[in-house]
This record gives sequence, C-alpha cells and structure tokens, in this order.
Amino acid sequence: MLNKEEHEILKAKAKDIRREIVTMVHRANSGHVGGSLGAADIITALYYHIMQHDPKNPEWEDRDRFILSKGHCTPVIYAALADCGYFPKEDLLEFRRPGSHLQGHPYQPKTPGIDACTGTLGIGISTGVGMALGAKLKKQEHYHYILCGDGEIQEGQVWEAAAFANKYKLDNVIGFVDRNYLQTDGYSEKVMPMDPLAPKWESFGWKVFEIDGHNFEEIIDTIEKAKNEKQPVMIIANTTKGKGVSFMEGEAEWHGKPPAKEHFDKAMLELT
Amino acid sequence: MEYKATKQGYADALRELGRENEKVLVMDADVAKATLTEQFEAEFPNRFFNCGVQEQNMLSAAAGLALEGFIPFASTFGVFATCRAGDQMRSSIAYPKLNVKIGVTHCGISVGGDGASHQSNEDIGMARTLPNMTVIVPGDYEESRLATHAAANMEGPVYLRFGRDKYPVVPEIHGSFEIGKAKTLRNGSDITIITTGILVNEGLLAATTLEEKGHSVRVVHMHTIKPLDTEAILQAARETKGIVTAEEHSILGGLGEAVAGIVAENHPCPVQRVGVMDTFGESGQSQELLDLYGLRAPDIVEKALKILS
Ligand SMILES: Cc1ncc(C[n+]2csc(CCOP(=O)(O)OP(=O)(O)O)c2C)c(N)n1
Ligand SMILES: [Mg+2]
Repeated sequence: MLNKEEHEILKAKAKDIRREIVTMVHRANSGHVGGSLGAADIITALYYHIMQHDPKNPEWEDRDRFILSKGHCTPVIYAALADCGYFPKEDLLEFRRPGSHLQGHPYQPKTPGIDACTGTLGIGISTGVGMALGAKLKKQEHYHYILCGDGEIQEGQVWEAAAFANKYKLDNVIGFVDRNYLQTDGYSEKVMPMDPLAPKWESFGWKVFEIDGHNFEEIIDTIEKAKNEKQPVMIIANTTKGKGVSFMEGEAEWHGKPPAKEHFDKAMLELT
Repeated sequence: MEYKATKQGYADALRELGRENEKVLVMDADVAKATLTEQFEAEFPNRFFNCGVQEQNMLSAAAGLALEGFIPFASTFGVFATCRAGDQMRSSIAYPKLNVKIGVTHCGISVGGDGASHQSNEDIGMARTLPNMTVIVPGDYEESRLATHAAANMEGPVYLRFGRDKYPVVPEIHGSFEIGKAKTLRNGSDITIITTGILVNEGLLAATTLEEKGHSVRVVHMHTIKPLDTEAILQAARETKGIVTAEEHSILGGLGEAVAGIVAENHPCPVQRVGVMDTFGESGQSQELLDLYGLRAPDIVEKALKILS
C-alpha cells in the first residue's frame, strides 16, 4: 500500500520522466515518444518503489533485473536511469548521437543499469527467462521484470519464451504487456488480433493479472501479489500510448515521430 | 543534387505492378508506414496483408502464396528479413526456389538514429550465400523502380535491398535495367571503381577527383550482386591496374568479397574494399554516419591511390 506522500512522489517523478522523454526525442529529432510516455508510470513504480537496485553498484549480483523487451522505448528507461544516478543527466543530451552510450536501442555492454540488449522485438523476453533460469541455478532470490509491447507479443519468439518459463517454473519472472492497442501500423486488433489475451498467457502456464497501467496503487499491489505466485506472472497493463501529452494520447502517428519545436513547446506546457 | 528515397521507387513500382497483374500481392510486418507499402495498401486494400510483428510467419506464408500461383512481395526491414527470418528465407523460399520477392528497406548504416540493432550491414552476405536467390541492390530511386519491375518479371526468389533515407538521384544509371548485367558508367584504363547501391554517386564523385589528378577511371555499377556480372569484373581486371569496390555494407560477405573471389580465381589483380569495417554501427544522422564509417568519395579515392601508387 502506498501512503499519500509516496503517491505524490511517484506522480512527480513520472512527470519529470515524461518531460525528459519528450525533450530527448525532440532534441535528437529521432526516437519513440508514444510508447515511452505510455510506460512511464510502470517504470516509475518499478524504479522508485518496487525494485531492489543500487545505482552506485549497477552490477550488484542480487539486484532485481529489468528488461525493456520493447526496446524502442529507450527514452523512458534512460530518463529513469539518469535520474536514479546510474550516469550523469548530461549524458541524455547525447541520446542517439555517435559515440554516446545512449544508443537508439538498449546496449547493455555500455550503459550502466541496462541489463540486456534489445531492439529486435521478441528477444528481450527470451533473454529475461534465460536470466531467470540462471538465477534459479545460482539459488538467487531476485526478480526479473520484463516489459513487452502488445505489438511485440505477436512475435512467435515471445510464445517460445512463454513455454520455456512454464517448463522451468520461473516464478521469479514478472512480465508486463503494455496493452495500448497501438503499434507502428495502427490499431493492434486490426494489424494482428491478439484478444482475448489473458487466456493465451494462462494456457501457457502463466498467472495473469489485468490492471490499469497508470494507477500506481494497482501497479504496486499487483506486483506484490505476483511475488507470491509459484509460476511466471504476466501483468496485462492497460495503458494509453502517449499518456500525459493530450495530442499524442492514443494517436498511432506519435509511435516513432519526433516532436518538432511547436509540438515540443505544447507538450512541455502540459507537463509542467 | 536531387535526393529521393529508394524505397519510394519500390513503393511506386508495386502500385504500377498492382495495376498490371492481379497476381501481385504485398505483405508487410507492421512497418508498412516505414517501408511505404502502405501506399499499395491504399490502392489495393484486398491484396495487401499486414502480418503484424511476425517476420518469420510472413516469409513462410509468402512461400505458401507463391505455391498457389501468386507473386507476393514480402516487405520489412533488411535486418528482420535476413536475421530474424533467415531460416524462413532459406528453407521456405530459396530451397524450393519459390517465386517470392523479398523487398527490404532500412538497409545499411544510413538507417541513422535507430542504431546498430536496425542497421543491416550483413544482409547482402546472408542473401547472396543462399542458392537460387537473386540479390539486387539498386542505386537510386529510379533504378529501384526498374529493379522491382524486373524482379516481378522473372521467375524465382529475389532479394531487393533499399534504404531508409533520401539518396542522390543519379541519371547515369537510368534507362534500361537488366538483372545480372552491370552498367559501365565511365570508361577508363588505369583503375576501376565498382559500386553497388547508393554508393554509386560516391563512386562517380571519386572518379572525377581521380581524373583531375590525371588518372583514367572506369566506373562500373553492379546493381545485381547475384548473379554477378563476372565478365564486367574480369574485363576490369584485365584492362585496368586494379579494382576498388564500394558498398554500404560490411566489407565481409558483400560486393567486395564477391569481386575479390572472382578476380583471385581468374585474373588476380589488386582489389581494395570500401565498406563498413567488421564492426556494428551506431546511432547518428544518416549522412554523418556515411562520413564516420568511411563510405564517401574520399575513402574511395584513398583506396584507389593505394593501388595506383
Ligand atoms: C523484430 C522486429 N520487427 C519489427 C520491428 C520494428 N518495430 C519497432 S517498434 C514496432 C511496433 C511495436 O509496437 P508495440 O510492441 O505495441 O510497442 P508500443 O506500442 O508500446 O510502442 C515495430 C514493428 C522491430 N523493432 N523488431
Ligand atoms: Mg503497443
């Protein structure tokens, strides 16, 4: 349970992160703003309330792991990592620039706090279940949080990972499907229908929760419940792509379009 | 200098083909807005199939459509066709030699901001090592349009490679297009520059620089990597002092190695390769990455002078 003060802190953090997302993508004139804004509340809940992690010691063996399987949404994770202190905030100025460790898609060898290379949709969840199996073999107790896109889960590889996690009873995996019903080419149920989604994961042996992915209490309470399950958990988080910037909300065109000056100014006004 | 997207040449040709032949179908894997196949969808909604983020299923399903007599153009980014769906390309399409056209965009380092995960600098090598596969790497918008028509007009699997960005329009390569037949853009007797894809413009610029230094330069544009125009290569090997190859691809597996192999076996002469070194790319603006990764006219000139001096 969150008290009022904690709730206010999370809300403020999420807003800071959203401002940083819009700024980074505007400055680089390249990047994915919609899916980053939509995931900002989940990321905030994880990094500022749920996860056991130490920005001063990113390689800490017993830390909880986070894998951005929808790897195009680097702005949200870079903003959170910088704010937590994994690297200087000035590094964000170099997002998507040659020589920067903040590549368009996550590059684990270079960026402190990034636990796996992703960017090709589908690979992150498989890497995540592999890490979870490794933790079991080493008798470690930490959790693996994996964020998938709802377009991403159309990839066959995602369901291969689902079967694997069930086989090895990976109860240290807590996944999210960012259910915003949008992908590159538009409305997800039109591009490739995946509903009903919960029974699909259930039939693969996962425990499923459905939540409002913008409600901190629901996010946090559900994760606490998920930790007590004896099987892998998938949290279907209903979200609004572009959340927080009115003219981006629910609009497919803001998937990969950088905001130019005019839209940037408008967005920043809404995020103050 | 006029700039135009090579993928627009692909998209325009698809619509022209759609009007001519109702067997032509287009498939995409949730990047139709980026590959521009959405333009075909707008005109022929019933002959367009968005497969979602499922490149593997798309390529094997395309094989199924080809078995039923259709001519599917399956489209995605180069890296996803060759790396994610490499087995489907090999086992479902190349092995049975099916009439599937794989039209890919966002190839090479000029992808830009998305960085290494999306920059396919290996795809020519992967496609060209598959038996039965024809591999075409057009140099500009118009040649992309012509190549797409040529691919539709031949029987068998074809890999068509396009970029994300806008690239220089090169009138020297317009007019006719024959698969497997290189275009000699300039005749010369000291050295030969062999280009493929968008580096054709850099090849011509390099030739001008070298000519100003008093060298006689041949420029051959190798739009088809497979089947390779070995006669054009061997003629260059015989008639000039050496060959510089230039491609927006790794120096491993692409045009450079193809040319070097032919020359080494038949008529050894010095070969220098311009291309991405054996390294992954990174994020940046597409034009600046072409500079940073040594894919410009001065890089070609430098290699040529190595042979000439
Ligand atoms: C294997 C693969 N295919 C295609 C792409 C190109 N791509 C990048 S983002 C995206 C859509 C993702 O949609 P979704 O998973 O729903 O993400 P979100 O809506 O949260 O941004 C696609 C197709 C990719 N990165 N990887
Ligand atoms: Mg989505």
